[in-house]
Amino acid sequence: MERVYMDHAAATPVRPEVLEAMLPYFAQRFGNPSAVYDLGSEIKEVLEEQRAKVARLINAQPGEVIFTSSGAEANNLAIKGVSLANLKKGRHLIVSAIEHHSVLNAARYLEKFHDFEVTFLPVDKHGLVDPARLKRSLTPGTVMVSIGHASNEIGTVQSIPELAELCRDEGIFFHTDAVATIGNMPVDVQALSVDLLTISGPALGAAKGSGALYFRRKLRLVPQIHGGIQEDGRRGGTENIPGIVGLGRAAELAATELDKRARFLTRMRELLVAGITGRVQNVLYTGHPQQRLPGHASFCIEGIEGEALVFMLNRQGIYANTGSACASKALKTSPVLCAIGIRPDLAQGSIVFTLGADNREAEVHYVLEQLPRAVEKLRSFSPVWRKKMAAGAGA
Amino acid sequence: MRFVDNYKADATADLVYRVCPMHLLEPVEFIKDLKPGQVLEILTDYDGALEDIPAWCAKHGQEFIGIGEDEDADCYRLYIKKLH
Repeated sequence: MERVYMDHAAATPVRPEVLEAMLPYFAQRFGNPSAVYDLGSEIKEVLEEQRAKVARLINAQPGEVIFTSSGAEANNLAIKGVSLANLKKGRHLIVSAIEHHSVLNAARYLEKFHDFEVTFLPVDKHGLVDPARLKRSLTPGTVMVSIGHASNEIGTVQSIPELAELCRDEGIFFHTDAVATIGNMPVDVQALSVDLLTISGPALGAAKGSGALYFRRKLRLVPQIHGGIQEDGRRGGTENIPGIVGLGRAAELAATELDKRARFLTRMRELLVAGITGRVQNVLYTGHPQQRLPGHASFCIEGIEGEALVFMLNRQGIYANTGSACASKALKTSPVLCAIGIRPDLAQGSIVFTLGADNREAEVHYVLEQLPRAVEKLRSFSPVWRKKMAAGAGA
Repeated sequence: MRFVDNYKADATADLVYRVCPMHLLEPVEFIKDLKPGQVLEILTDYDGALEDIPAWCAKHGQEFIGIGEDEDADCYRLYIKKLH
């Protein structure tokens, strides 16, 4: 098999329909939407049409969507923008311990430079935040809470409505990073009861460099990119029109395909999970077994290094991930796996498959054929594993 | 500068933390939706608005009522009456 790509959480191919929609906006329709002549005002109209499409996907109003350059920028705008706009309310933030780095480091920035106190909320063995624990962590000075809709590393989907309503009752802003869920399962800002929500374009099959932040009407944000009146004065910088047009088209497609896509991905994931847990011994399926992303399968395999397995699979044309790119490059244990209580040696054997609509069943079978061989080979090099087997503790 | 106390407005444009010249652009949209005689409240943290809003009213034939007297507020409150 030429190429089996199963790392859709890291990057997705731009969909042909999306690329086709974007192309006229590079060279022919290149006007600046802030310009008052036709070439600009026409583009301004196109921009607003895309805003309406993204709003429709998440059941929001168009005026509640700010386009950004990425999910990371949207997370920064949400965390820093709302916190700094509400200093009178207090200087306490709560984020879960398994958030994306753009949430964790935005919170740490506020801690370091603006005297905020940050609570990093622990999670249970499946990666779920306990609502009772969140409630106990709220203080009169808590400004906002940020808990991701789902983890791209372990696939667990949080019970956001319950957590968000707790905060709403106390007048505390609630943000969720929906980069992992958007396009993979329903994301409705009203049903979720959130005040802010992050979207990434690539997660929907749009181009890198596109993202958006939903913010509830009347909520104040301090801009994080200071510039002109783009995005109604909330985010400076000339808009990335081709990227935004792609995001709008991808949102439109996602709205019509969601149910079918989720069913397909769930079926493929179950096939992959059953195959791996059935064929490889001493493997732990991480994250929540049911309450998880449709196309997400994550494991910790004992006696191997996840990084080495990624390289072995790469040689067979299979592309998967160890989970946390930053952590794996630094050869550090993933903070997410630490947070769910996985011991460091087992956490080193992390491997994550994130499936997409372009994957086929034959590809899953190919992975199931190749992965056990690769694991067996890696384990044969491992003195720790050999010792364990010799002691009869393998099964 | 005229000061007013507890003025009741028919609509509010919250422009706090929005960059200049949003304090001149967005009120125009709000005023379009008001009837003559109705009052728009503008919330802004931009000092320049104290000069710009009265000047804008004078130029466009709308009535600048004044600025709210609220020392505890985290922003300025400016009031415009729509005349036409």
